[in-house]
Amino acid sequence: MPVPVRELELDLEAFEGPFDLLLALVLRDELDLGEVDVAGIVLAFLERLAEREELDLDACGEFLVLVAALLELKARALLTGEDGDLEDLDPAQAAEELARRLADYRRIKEAAAWLVDRLDEESDRYFRLGPAPLAPRVERRLAAQDPAELATALRALSAEPPAVSLAHLELRFPPVEQFLGRFRSLLARRTRFDFDTEVDGLTRVEQAVAFLALLELRKAGEIELSQASPFAPIRVRRNAETQTERTTTWTARSA
Amino acid sequence: MDRPLRLVAANPLDRLARTLEALLVVASQPLPVEELAEAAAEDAERVEMALGLLAERFQEGRSGIVLERVAGGWAFRASREAADACGRLFERPVERGLSQAAMETLAVVAYLGPCSRPEIARLRGVAADSVVAGLVERGLIAEAGREDGGAVRYRTTPLFERVFGLESLSVLPRLDDLGDAEDIRERLESLAEKRPA
Repeated sequence: MPVPVRELELDLEAFEGPFDLLLALVLRDELDLGEVDVAGIVLAFLERLAEREELDLDACGEFLVLVAALLELKARALLTGEDGDLEDLDPAQAAEELARRLADYRRIKEAAAWLVDRLDEESDRYFRLGPAPLAPRVERRLAAQDPAELATALRALSAEPPAVSLAHLELRFPPVEQFLGRFRSLLARRTRFDFDTEVDGLTRVEQAVAFLALLELRKAGEIELSQASPFAPIRVRRNAETQTERTTTWTARSA
Repeated sequence: MDRPLRLVAANPLDRLARTLEALLVVASQPLPVEELAEAAAEDAERVEMALGLLAERFQEGRSGIVLERVAGGWAFRASREAADACGRLFERPVERGLSQAAMETLAVVAYLGPCSRPEIARLRGVAADSVVAGLVERGLIAEAGREDGGAVRYRTTPLFERVFGLESLSVLPRLDDLGDAEDIRERLESLAEKRPA
Protein backbone atom coordinates (compact mmCIF):
# COMPACT_ATOMS: atom_id res chain seq x y z
CA MET A 1 0.00 0.00 0.00
CA PRO A 2 1.54 3.30 -1.06
CA VAL A 3 2.11 6.14 1.35
CA PRO A 4 -0.83 8.50 0.70
CA VAL A 5 1.05 11.76 0.36
CA ARG A 6 -1.99 13.92 0.04
CA GLU A 7 -3.65 12.36 3.07
CA LEU A 8 -0.52 12.72 5.20
CA GLU A 9 -1.72 13.92 8.61
CA LEU A 10 0.17 16.98 9.76
CA ASP A 11 0.36 18.37 13.26
CA LEU A 12 2.19 21.70 12.92
CA GLU A 13 2.06 24.84 15.02
CA ALA A 14 0.00 26.71 12.44
CA PHE A 15 -1.92 23.85 10.91
CA GLU A 16 -3.37 20.48 11.80
CA GLY A 17 -4.90 18.16 9.22
CA PRO A 18 -4.14 16.40 5.96
CA PHE A 19 -1.45 17.72 3.61
CA ASP A 20 -4.03 18.02 0.88
CA LEU A 21 -6.05 20.54 2.87
CA LEU A 22 -2.94 22.53 3.71
CA LEU A 23 -2.12 22.88 0.03
CA ALA A 24 -5.66 23.93 -0.78
CA LEU A 25 -5.62 26.57 1.96
CA VAL A 26 -2.27 27.93 0.86
CA LEU A 27 -3.31 28.13 -2.78
CA ARG A 28 -6.51 29.94 -1.82
CA ASP A 29 -4.49 32.39 0.28
CA GLU A 30 -6.42 31.34 3.37
CA LEU A 31 -3.28 30.26 5.16
CA ASP A 32 -0.15 32.37 5.30
CA LEU A 33 2.71 30.27 4.08
CA GLY A 34 4.97 32.25 6.40
CA GLU A 35 3.26 30.46 9.27
CA VAL A 36 3.88 27.00 7.88
CA ASP A 37 6.86 25.02 9.08
CA VAL A 38 7.88 23.17 5.91
CA ALA A 39 10.56 21.21 7.77
CA GLY A 40 7.77 19.88 9.99
CA ILE A 41 5.95 18.57 6.91
CA VAL A 42 9.11 16.84 5.70
CA LEU A 43 9.64 15.26 9.12
CA ALA A 44 6.06 14.02 9.23
CA PHE A 45 6.47 12.47 5.80
CA LEU A 46 9.78 10.83 6.69
CA GLU A 47 8.24 9.37 9.82
CA ARG A 48 5.40 7.94 7.78
CA LEU A 49 7.88 6.59 5.26
CA ALA A 50 9.96 4.96 7.97
CA GLU A 51 6.93 3.01 9.11
CA ARG A 52 6.96 1.13 5.78
CA GLU A 53 9.37 -1.65 5.03
CA GLU A 54 10.12 -0.62 1.47
CA LEU A 55 10.83 2.67 -0.21
CA ASP A 56 7.80 4.02 -2.07
CA LEU A 57 9.34 5.90 -4.98
CA ASP A 58 6.06 7.19 -6.37
CA ALA A 59 5.10 8.72 -3.06
CA CYS A 60 8.57 10.21 -2.61
CA GLY A 61 8.43 11.77 -6.06
CA GLU A 62 5.04 13.29 -5.51
CA PHE A 63 6.05 14.58 -2.10
CA LEU A 64 9.24 16.10 -3.44
CA VAL A 65 7.32 18.01 -6.10
CA LEU A 66 4.77 19.31 -3.63
CA VAL A 67 7.32 20.37 -1.04
CA ALA A 68 9.52 21.99 -3.67
CA ALA A 69 6.50 24.00 -4.84
CA LEU A 70 5.74 25.00 -1.25
CA LEU A 71 9.33 26.07 -0.68
CA GLU A 72 9.37 28.09 -3.85
CA LEU A 73 6.16 29.87 -2.86
CA LYS A 74 7.55 30.54 0.58
CA ALA A 75 10.87 31.81 -0.73
CA ARG A 76 9.05 34.13 -3.10
CA ALA A 77 6.89 35.41 -0.26
CA LEU A 78 10.03 36.20 1.70
CA LEU A 79 11.79 38.00 -1.11
CA THR A 80 8.97 40.11 -2.50
CA GLY A 81 7.10 42.83 -0.69
CA GLU A 82 10.22 44.38 0.73
CA ASP A 83 12.19 45.32 -2.35
CA GLY A 84 10.30 45.43 -5.62
CA ASP A 85 13.54 45.43 -7.57
CA LEU A 86 14.54 41.95 -6.45
CA GLU A 87 12.96 40.42 -9.52
CA ASP A 88 15.32 42.44 -11.64
CA LEU A 89 18.34 40.91 -9.94
CA ASP A 90 20.36 38.45 -11.93
CA PRO A 91 20.75 35.00 -10.37
CA ALA A 92 24.18 35.81 -8.92
CA GLN A 93 22.87 38.92 -7.16
CA ALA A 94 19.81 37.06 -5.98
CA ALA A 95 22.03 34.35 -4.53
CA GLU A 96 24.11 37.04 -2.82
CA GLU A 97 20.99 38.62 -1.36
CA LEU A 98 19.72 35.27 -0.19
CA ALA A 99 23.09 34.47 1.37
CA ARG A 100 23.04 37.83 3.15
CA ARG A 101 19.61 37.16 4.58
CA LEU A 102 20.52 33.67 5.60
CA ALA A 103 23.59 35.05 7.33
CA ASP A 104 21.43 37.61 9.14
CA TYR A 105 19.14 34.88 10.30
CA ARG A 106 22.08 32.71 11.26
CA ARG A 107 23.40 35.46 13.50
CA ILE A 108 19.99 35.86 15.13
CA LYS A 109 19.91 32.12 15.71
CA GLU A 110 23.32 32.34 17.33
CA ALA A 111 22.16 35.23 19.46
CA ALA A 112 19.16 33.18 20.52
CA ALA A 113 21.46 30.30 21.39
CA TRP A 114 23.58 32.69 23.45
CA LEU A 115 20.46 33.83 25.28
CA VAL A 116 19.44 30.23 25.94
CA ASP A 117 22.86 29.51 27.45
CA ARG A 118 22.69 32.69 29.45
CA LEU A 119 19.26 31.79 30.80
CA ASP A 120 20.61 28.40 31.76
CA GLU A 121 23.48 29.97 33.68
CA GLU A 122 21.27 32.54 35.35
CA SER A 123 18.32 30.33 36.26
CA ASP A 124 19.72 29.91 39.78
CA ARG A 125 19.42 33.63 40.44
CA TYR A 126 16.25 34.18 42.41
CA PHE A 127 15.00 37.69 42.98
CA ARG A 128 11.91 39.48 44.09
CA LEU A 129 9.43 40.09 41.29
CA GLY A 130 5.95 41.39 40.80
CA PRO A 131 4.12 44.47 41.88
CA ALA A 132 5.87 46.59 44.46
CA PRO A 133 4.74 45.64 47.97
CA LEU A 134 5.20 49.29 48.83
CA ALA A 135 3.63 51.94 46.68
CA PRO A 136 5.82 54.88 45.71
CA ARG A 137 5.55 57.66 48.22
CA VAL A 138 2.86 60.23 47.49
CA GLU A 139 3.17 63.68 48.99
CA ARG A 140 0.01 64.66 50.81
CA ARG A 141 -0.21 68.19 52.08
CA LEU A 142 -3.33 68.61 54.21
CA ALA A 143 -3.88 71.25 56.86
CA ALA A 144 -4.92 70.14 60.34
CA GLN A 145 -8.65 69.50 60.31
CA ASP A 146 -11.36 69.92 62.97
CA PRO A 147 -13.74 66.92 63.24
CA ALA A 148 -16.54 69.33 64.20
CA GLU A 149 -16.30 70.90 60.75
CA LEU A 150 -16.75 67.52 59.16
CA ALA A 151 -19.82 66.96 61.37
CA THR A 152 -21.27 70.31 60.27
CA ALA A 153 -20.65 69.46 56.65
CA LEU A 154 -22.33 66.09 57.05
CA ARG A 155 -25.28 67.62 58.92
CA ALA A 156 -25.88 69.98 56.03
CA LEU A 157 -25.97 66.97 53.75
CA SER A 158 -28.41 65.05 55.93
CA ALA A 159 -31.05 67.88 55.99
CA GLU A 160 -34.32 67.07 54.25
CA PRO A 161 -34.27 68.54 50.77
CA PRO A 162 -37.11 71.01 49.94
CA ALA A 163 -40.19 69.35 48.52
CA VAL A 164 -40.29 69.47 44.79
CA SER A 165 -43.06 71.71 43.46
CA LEU A 166 -45.54 70.00 41.17
CA ALA A 167 -47.38 73.24 40.47
CA HIS A 168 -46.48 73.20 36.83
CA LEU A 169 -48.17 69.82 36.40
CA GLU A 170 -51.58 70.97 37.70
CA LEU A 171 -54.42 72.01 35.42
CA ARG A 172 -56.05 75.15 36.64
CA PHE A 173 -59.80 74.95 36.31
CA PRO A 174 -61.77 78.16 36.60
CA PRO A 175 -64.90 77.67 38.75
CA VAL A 176 -68.00 76.60 36.85
CA GLU A 177 -69.96 79.31 38.70
CA GLN A 178 -68.06 81.92 36.77
CA PHE A 179 -69.60 80.70 33.51
CA LEU A 180 -72.98 80.00 35.08
CA GLY A 181 -73.18 83.65 36.08
CA ARG A 182 -71.88 84.83 32.77
CA PHE A 183 -74.37 82.79 30.74
CA ARG A 184 -77.28 83.73 33.02
CA SER A 185 -76.57 87.42 32.69
CA LEU A 186 -76.21 86.93 28.96
CA LEU A 187 -79.58 85.19 28.79
CA ALA A 188 -81.12 87.96 30.86
CA ARG A 189 -80.32 90.33 28.02
CA ARG A 190 -80.86 88.02 25.03
CA THR A 191 -83.04 85.02 24.50
CA ARG A 192 -80.47 83.08 22.60
CA PHE A 193 -76.72 82.97 21.85
CA ASP A 194 -74.18 80.93 20.02
CA PHE A 195 -71.95 78.92 22.39
CA ASP A 196 -68.99 78.76 20.00
CA THR A 197 -68.78 82.50 19.44
CA GLU A 198 -69.22 83.11 23.17
CA VAL A 199 -66.24 80.94 24.24
CA ASP A 200 -64.10 81.82 21.26
CA GLY A 201 -60.69 83.06 22.39
CA LEU A 202 -60.74 81.17 25.71
CA THR A 203 -58.25 78.42 26.58
CA ARG A 204 -59.14 74.83 25.97
CA VAL A 205 -59.66 74.22 29.69
CA GLU A 206 -61.87 77.31 30.03
CA GLN A 207 -63.92 76.15 27.05
CA ALA A 208 -64.39 72.78 28.71
CA VAL A 209 -65.55 74.37 31.97
CA ALA A 210 -67.86 76.68 30.03
CA PHE A 211 -69.36 73.60 28.38
CA LEU A 212 -69.88 72.03 31.81
CA ALA A 213 -71.72 75.21 32.88
CA LEU A 214 -73.87 74.87 29.79
CA LEU A 215 -74.75 71.29 30.72
CA GLU A 216 -75.50 72.43 34.26
CA LEU A 217 -77.93 75.08 33.00
CA ARG A 218 -79.52 72.52 30.70
CA LYS A 219 -79.91 70.11 33.63
CA ALA A 220 -81.59 72.79 35.67
CA GLY A 221 -83.92 73.38 32.74
CA GLU A 222 -82.89 77.00 32.36
CA ILE A 223 -81.90 76.58 28.71
CA GLU A 224 -82.50 74.49 25.67
CA LEU A 225 -79.67 73.35 23.43
CA SER A 226 -79.67 72.57 19.78
CA GLN A 227 -77.05 71.54 17.25
CA ALA A 228 -77.70 71.00 13.56
CA SER A 229 -75.15 68.26 13.16
CA PRO A 230 -72.03 66.95 15.00
CA PHE A 231 -69.40 69.73 15.31
CA ALA A 232 -71.87 72.31 14.13
CA PRO A 233 -72.26 75.42 16.31
CA ILE A 234 -74.20 74.85 19.53
CA ARG A 235 -77.16 77.16 19.88
CA VAL A 236 -78.38 78.14 23.31
CA ARG A 237 -81.92 79.39 23.96
CA ARG A 238 -83.47 80.64 27.17
CA ASN A 239 -86.19 78.46 28.61
CA ALA A 240 -88.57 81.13 29.74
CA GLU A 241 -90.98 78.84 31.63
CA THR A 242 -88.82 77.27 34.30
CA GLN A 243 -86.42 79.76 35.66
CA THR A 244 -84.84 78.67 38.89
CA GLU A 245 -82.58 80.61 41.17
CA ARG A 246 -80.71 77.51 42.17
CA THR A 247 -77.06 78.11 42.83
CA THR A 248 -74.63 75.35 42.45
CA THR A 249 -71.25 74.59 43.98
CA TRP A 250 -70.61 72.14 41.27
CA THR A 251 -67.07 72.33 40.01
CA ALA A 252 -65.11 70.48 37.48
CA ARG A 253 -62.87 69.12 40.22
CA SER A 254 -65.72 67.46 42.05
CA ALA A 255 -66.78 65.72 38.88
CA MET B 1 51.24 51.82 67.31
CA ASP B 2 51.92 54.24 64.51
CA ARG B 3 48.52 53.72 62.91
CA PRO B 4 46.04 56.45 63.74
CA LEU B 5 43.23 55.57 66.07
CA ARG B 6 40.05 54.59 64.29
CA LEU B 7 36.99 56.34 65.52
CA VAL B 8 34.45 54.04 67.08
CA ALA B 9 31.68 56.30 65.82
CA ALA B 10 30.24 55.03 62.54
CA ASN B 11 32.11 56.00 59.44
CA PRO B 12 29.72 58.26 57.44
CA LEU B 13 30.17 56.13 54.32
CA ASP B 14 29.19 53.11 56.37
CA ARG B 15 26.09 54.91 57.46
CA LEU B 16 25.20 55.72 53.85
CA ALA B 17 25.79 52.06 52.99
CA ARG B 18 23.30 51.03 55.63
CA THR B 19 20.76 53.49 54.25
CA LEU B 20 21.23 52.12 50.73
CA GLU B 21 20.89 48.60 52.10
CA ALA B 22 17.53 49.60 53.55
CA LEU B 23 16.38 51.22 50.30
CA LEU B 24 17.35 48.16 48.27
CA VAL B 25 15.59 45.77 50.58
CA VAL B 26 12.25 47.54 50.22
CA ALA B 27 12.52 47.89 46.44
CA SER B 28 11.01 45.26 44.16
CA GLN B 29 13.03 46.26 41.12
CA PRO B 30 16.59 47.41 40.48
CA LEU B 31 17.26 50.99 41.62
CA PRO B 32 19.54 53.18 39.51
CA VAL B 33 22.28 55.10 41.31
CA GLU B 34 20.51 58.43 40.69
CA GLU B 35 17.37 57.23 42.40
CA LEU B 36 19.33 55.88 45.35
CA ALA B 37 21.22 59.16 45.62
CA GLU B 38 18.01 61.15 45.62
CA ALA B 39 16.36 58.98 48.26
CA ALA B 40 19.47 58.99 50.45
CA ALA B 41 19.97 62.73 49.91
CA GLU B 42 23.59 62.14 48.94
CA ASP B 43 25.61 62.71 45.79
CA ALA B 44 25.94 59.93 43.23
CA GLU B 45 29.67 59.55 43.65
CA ARG B 46 29.44 58.75 47.36
CA VAL B 47 26.52 56.43 46.66
CA GLU B 48 28.69 54.51 44.19
CA MET B 49 31.38 54.19 46.82
CA ALA B 50 28.93 52.98 49.41
CA LEU B 51 27.49 50.50 46.89
CA GLY B 52 31.00 49.16 46.38
CA LEU B 53 31.20 48.60 50.12
CA LEU B 54 27.86 46.80 50.08
CA ALA B 55 28.72 44.71 47.04
CA GLU B 56 31.74 43.44 48.94
CA ARG B 57 29.67 42.61 51.97
CA PHE B 58 26.82 40.99 50.01
CA GLN B 59 28.60 38.63 47.68
CA GLU B 60 28.37 34.98 46.77
CA GLY B 61 29.82 32.79 49.46
CA ARG B 62 29.64 35.46 52.11
CA SER B 63 25.93 36.10 52.37
CA GLY B 64 22.61 34.53 51.45
CA ILE B 65 21.70 37.88 49.93
CA VAL B 66 23.77 39.08 47.00
CA LEU B 67 23.93 42.62 45.70
CA GLU B 68 24.10 42.72 41.91
CA ARG B 69 24.26 45.36 39.24
CA VAL B 70 21.47 44.46 36.84
CA ALA B 71 19.03 46.07 34.38
CA GLY B 72 20.60 49.48 34.77
CA GLY B 73 20.44 49.52 38.54
CA TRP B 74 21.28 47.74 41.75
CA ALA B 75 19.21 45.00 43.34
CA PHE B 76 19.40 42.31 45.96
CA ARG B 77 18.83 38.71 45.00
CA ALA B 78 19.22 35.31 46.59
CA SER B 79 22.65 33.73 46.50
CA ARG B 80 23.14 30.99 43.94
CA GLU B 81 23.88 28.41 46.63
CA ALA B 82 20.35 28.94 47.94
CA ALA B 83 18.85 28.40 44.48
CA ASP B 84 17.66 24.85 45.17
CA ALA B 85 15.87 25.92 48.32
CA CYS B 86 14.35 28.92 46.52
CA GLY B 87 13.31 26.61 43.70
CA ARG B 88 11.40 24.41 46.10
CA LEU B 89 9.45 27.42 47.30
CA PHE B 90 9.19 29.55 44.15
CA GLU B 91 9.21 29.32 40.38
CA ARG B 92 10.69 31.62 37.78
CA PRO B 93 7.56 31.65 35.63
CA VAL B 94 8.76 34.38 33.27
CA GLU B 95 11.09 32.10 31.38
CA ARG B 96 9.24 28.80 31.83
CA GLY B 97 8.65 27.09 28.51
CA LEU B 98 10.18 29.71 26.21
CA SER B 99 10.22 28.14 22.74
CA GLN B 100 13.02 28.36 20.21
CA ALA B 101 10.85 30.78 18.21
CA ALA B 102 10.45 32.92 21.31
CA MET B 103 14.19 32.98 21.97
CA GLU B 104 14.92 33.98 18.38
CA THR B 105 12.29 36.72 18.52
CA LEU B 106 13.71 37.90 21.82
CA ALA B 107 17.17 38.00 20.23
CA VAL B 108 15.86 40.08 17.31
CA VAL B 109 14.18 42.57 19.63
CA ALA B 110 17.15 42.73 22.01
CA TYR B 111 19.65 43.39 19.23
CA LEU B 112 17.65 45.33 16.67
CA GLY B 113 14.88 46.83 18.84
CA PRO B 114 12.82 48.80 18.79
CA CYS B 115 11.50 46.83 15.85
CA SER B 116 8.11 45.85 14.49
CA ARG B 117 6.51 42.49 13.87
CA PRO B 118 7.00 42.67 10.08
CA GLU B 119 10.72 43.28 10.66
CA ILE B 120 10.94 40.30 12.99
CA ALA B 121 8.99 38.17 10.50
CA ARG B 122 11.30 39.20 7.67
CA LEU B 123 14.40 38.19 9.61
CA ARG B 124 13.04 34.89 10.84
CA GLY B 125 11.08 34.06 7.69
CA VAL B 126 8.05 33.17 9.81
CA ALA B 127 5.13 35.29 11.01
CA ALA B 128 5.84 36.64 14.49
CA ASP B 129 2.41 37.65 15.79
CA SER B 130 1.69 34.95 18.34
CA VAL B 131 5.30 34.76 19.55
CA VAL B 132 5.41 38.52 20.08
CA ALA B 133 2.10 38.43 21.95
CA GLY B 134 3.46 35.71 24.22
CA LEU B 135 6.61 37.68 25.02
CA VAL B 136 4.58 40.80 25.76
CA GLU B 137 2.40 38.78 28.12
CA ARG B 138 5.47 37.53 29.96
CA GLY B 139 6.69 41.09 30.26
CA LEU B 140 9.97 40.41 28.44
CA ILE B 141 9.19 42.86 25.65
CA ALA B 142 6.94 45.91 25.54
CA GLU B 143 5.55 48.31 22.99
CA ALA B 144 7.80 51.24 22.16
CA GLY B 145 6.03 53.62 19.83
CA ARG B 146 5.12 53.12 16.20
CA GLU B 147 6.87 53.09 12.85
CA ASP B 148 6.04 55.66 10.20
CA GLY B 149 3.82 53.04 8.59
CA GLY B 150 1.92 52.59 11.83
CA ALA B 151 3.27 49.19 12.87
CA VAL B 152 3.87 48.90 16.63
CA ARG B 153 7.53 48.63 17.60
CA TYR B 154 8.82 46.54 20.48
CA ARG B 155 11.80 46.69 22.78
CA THR B 156 13.00 44.48 25.58
CA THR B 157 12.04 45.41 29.14
CA PRO B 158 14.15 45.80 32.31
CA LEU B 159 12.61 42.49 33.35
CA PHE B 160 14.29 40.86 30.36
CA GLU B 161 17.67 42.18 31.50
CA ARG B 162 16.99 41.03 35.02
CA VAL B 163 15.87 37.53 34.08
CA PHE B 164 18.92 37.10 31.85
CA GLY B 165 21.20 38.70 34.41
CA LEU B 166 22.30 41.52 32.10
CA GLU B 167 23.69 44.75 33.46
CA SER B 168 22.33 46.41 30.32
CA LEU B 169 21.75 45.52 26.67
CA SER B 170 25.27 46.68 25.90
CA VAL B 171 26.75 43.56 27.52
CA LEU B 172 25.19 41.36 24.83
CA PRO B 173 27.90 39.90 22.58
CA ARG B 174 28.34 41.77 19.31
CA LEU B 175 26.05 40.42 16.59
CA ASP B 176 28.94 40.48 14.14
CA ASP B 177 30.87 38.09 16.36
CA LEU B 178 27.98 35.66 16.30
CA GLY B 179 27.33 33.25 13.44
CA ASP B 180 29.83 32.75 10.69
CA ALA B 181 28.49 34.58 7.67
CA GLU B 182 31.42 33.49 5.53
CA ASP B 183 30.64 29.90 6.28
CA ILE B 184 27.24 30.10 4.62
CA ARG B 185 28.53 32.05 1.66
CA GLU B 186 31.24 29.48 1.09
CA ARG B 187 28.76 26.66 1.25
CA LEU B 188 26.51 28.32 -1.28
CA GLU B 189 29.42 29.00 -3.57
CA SER B 190 30.76 25.49 -3.36
CA LEU B 191 27.27 24.22 -4.17
CA ALA B 192 27.16 26.48 -7.20
CA GLU B 193 30.52 25.18 -8.38
CA LYS B 194 29.41 21.59 -8.10
CA ARG B 195 26.35 22.27 -10.22
CA PRO B 196 26.96 21.35 -13.86
CA ALA B 197 27.13 24.47 -15.99
